[in-house]
Amino acid sequence: MMSSAEPAIAVTGLRVVRGAREVLHGLSFEVPKGQITGLLGPSGCGKTTLIRSIVGVQVVAGGEVTVLGRPAGSAELRRLIGYSTQNPAIYRDLSVMENLRYFAAVLGAPKTDPARVLQEVGLEGHADQLGGTLSGGQLSRASLAVSLLGSPQLLVLDEPTVGLDPVLRKELWELFGGLAEQGVTILVSSHVMDEAARCQRLIMLRDGDILADDSPEGLRARTDTADLEQAFLRLIEERQPA
Amino acid sequence: MITLATARRILAQLRNDHRTVALMVLVPSLIMILLYYVIDNEPVFAQWAPALLSIFPFLVMFLVTSIATLRERTSGTLERLMASPLRQLDLLLGYGLAFGAAAVLQVALALTVSLTWLGLDLRGDLWALVLVALLNSLLGTALGLFCSAFARSEFQAVQFMPLVMVPQLLLGGIIVPRDQMATVLEWISNVLPMSYALEAMKLAVMTGDLGSDFWRDIAVVAGSVLLALVLGAATLKRRTP
Repeated sequence: MMSSAEPAIAVTGLRVVRGAREVLHGLSFEVPKGQITGLLGPSGCGKTTLIRSIVGVQVVAGGEVTVLGRPAGSAELRRLIGYSTQNPAIYRDLSVMENLRYFAAVLGAPKTDPARVLQEVGLEGHADQLGGTLSGGQLSRASLAVSLLGSPQLLVLDEPTVGLDPVLRKELWELFGGLAEQGVTILVSSHVMDEAARCQRLIMLRDGDILADDSPEGLRARTDTADLEQAFLRLIEERQPA
Repeated sequence: MITLATARRILAQLRNDHRTVALMVLVPSLIMILLYYVIDNEPVFAQWAPALLSIFPFLVMFLVTSIATLRERTSGTLERLMASPLRQLDLLLGYGLAFGAAAVLQVALALTVSLTWLGLDLRGDLWALVLVALLNSLLGTALGLFCSAFARSEFQAVQFMPLVMVPQLLLGGIIVPRDQMATVLEWISNVLPMSYALEAMKLAVMTGDLGSDFWRDIAVVAGSVLLALVLGAATLKRRTP
């Protein structure tokens, strides 16, 4: 095991250009191990691009991304990172169980993993249902289940709770909390500010720049607000020249 | 291992889609029957049958693979796989194996119908015919995969079919023998894999002459499959813009 002082993710000067536009303008930050880090910001701010750079599926224009001590995209990392894309990436013409069995085989995960992750996301009753017949919330939970296969050390989740009712959202955040207690590092993006309070650390992103990188308490104290949504607005106001 | 799991997954997808399977397996046989009654002349039918038996596996596999891989690209499952330990060749061979198996079923039925009901006289060996049909289906799979990389939508993917298919048929020696074409066209014909596949099928079905010409044709088609697989693998990038 690596020392816990070493960050799970270290990003320095990350620049990403998509088409003619620079989407990320030289980001630098660290994500500590065994914690839930929230990646917050409005839609279109670069969250997904940043997440793809960390997972190693994004063409990067400059900077360094180190994940679990190795350069992002390294072959050894592919078994250590659980990745859930924003659009549920599962086969619609396979049942939930067939999807899980296939991805478990690709990852070399234990045979018991599909049943375990199905239970963790609360889809036990839908094992034999085709992906295409699931509701939006069920689809995103099935997709989340795939990323839990093989018990990865790092979970990178792009908006995993979109379209879920408050009860399910609470259950999933309890699941994330439990995983973090077992030492799993979780990076989760969201544009819902009330979810931010459940993270130990927050990275706020706006137009490809980091607006804040702090704990929720730290943010509230710094901006002198009780509410994180207000904190976000205040940070934007601070940035803008009067 | 991952290759086999991928082939199994693709077959499971097919199993869940009964209509596609029915269309894939039945349509070639139905067209053979239609052709038989349209021509209404057994010796002439016997000249056309090998061509159709070569074209179908290629055509169907090209279409099915290009749409299936385009779906993987657009649904995000490809991104998930590219972030996983799966190698590009696992995916390609998985598709090749699964659709190859479907092609065997398709050719077996079309052949059974042709040899019994339609009275097609097979002069050569059965295995030679099956070998050519299988290589054709693999060629279709590999080229379909390659072409899907250049399509942004399913509409575009379908349009690649005539682009890839029609010139190969026109220049493949079915309509006009290849040595009677204008020199430039014959040159082009010489570099298109379908020309060799059609000739091999003709040799296998009509003459049973499995000499050096037949094996040269097989080698060319097999080489084209490998080349198309390598090109297809090159279009599957771990990192995308």
